Amino acid sequence: MTVAELPMAAPAAAPQAEATPRGLAMICYSGELEKTWAAMILASTAAAMGMPTKVFVTFWGLQTFVKPEKRITGKNWMQKMLSMMSRPGIGHRKLSKMNFLGMGPWMMFTLAKQYGVSKPAELLEAAAAMGVEFVPCQMTMDMFGLTREDLIDGMGEPVGAATYLSYVADGSAPIFI
Amino acid sequence: MDADAKVDARGLNCPMPIVKTAQAIKSLVSGQTLEIIATDPGSVKDFAAWSKTTGNELVEQTTDGGVFRFVMRKK
Repeated sequence: MTVAELPMAAPAAAPQAEATPRGLAMICYSGELEKTWAAMILASTAAAMGMPTKVFVTFWGLQTFVKPEKRITGKNWMQKMLSMMSRPGIGHRKLSKMNFLGMGPWMMFTLAKQYGVSKPAELLEAAAAMGVEFVPCQMTMDMFGLTREDLIDGMGEPVGAATYLSYVADGSAPIFI
Repeated sequence: MDADAKVDARGLNCPMPIVKTAQAIKSLVSGQTLEIIATDPGSVKDFAAWSKTTGNELVEQTTDGGVFRFVMRKK
């Protein structure tokens, strides 16, 4: 069987001037700075390309979407301790390697400024302004003791994996970051 | 050719020239043109891809040193 015959490789309809491009259904799972950055670049660019874009935000990715002023989140001591050990919010992401107590991210942001690269928070704002829908994972909210009020404004209704997969079933391209 | 609107994306890196262009073209009506000035060398390929996907026509493209100029006509 050639690649072309695999159902997975079935191409979307040939692009026509009038057609809406295929949608993007991203899973934002990781909370590290570098992956958050990649997720926000792709979400904002997809919206700019006119692709209907939804981002399902789950596990460590959901920590990124906690309001910046929130320091401790959760209801029980374990949830509180987890948020204490790893500060939530898009401005407090750490590098997975070479974080060096914030020295790594500081160098990354300094280089980004020097080379005209927008920060994840700016890209998130642009993506949201262009209509990207950020959808929180209900299960992650339960497990981390997060409420709608803990999360940034403008997010969609909390949903589960089946809702995410329905986006893919409807033809959106899946990306897992 | 004088464009109807202009985006100055000089000094901005991927993906901001495209993001700013997409935002700016929203305020135009079909047939109007948008001029974009960028310094990101990657934008040459990126604007061709953006044009192909969105259907907004790339009507002019010039390079002057490290400065890239694009004119898009809104679909």
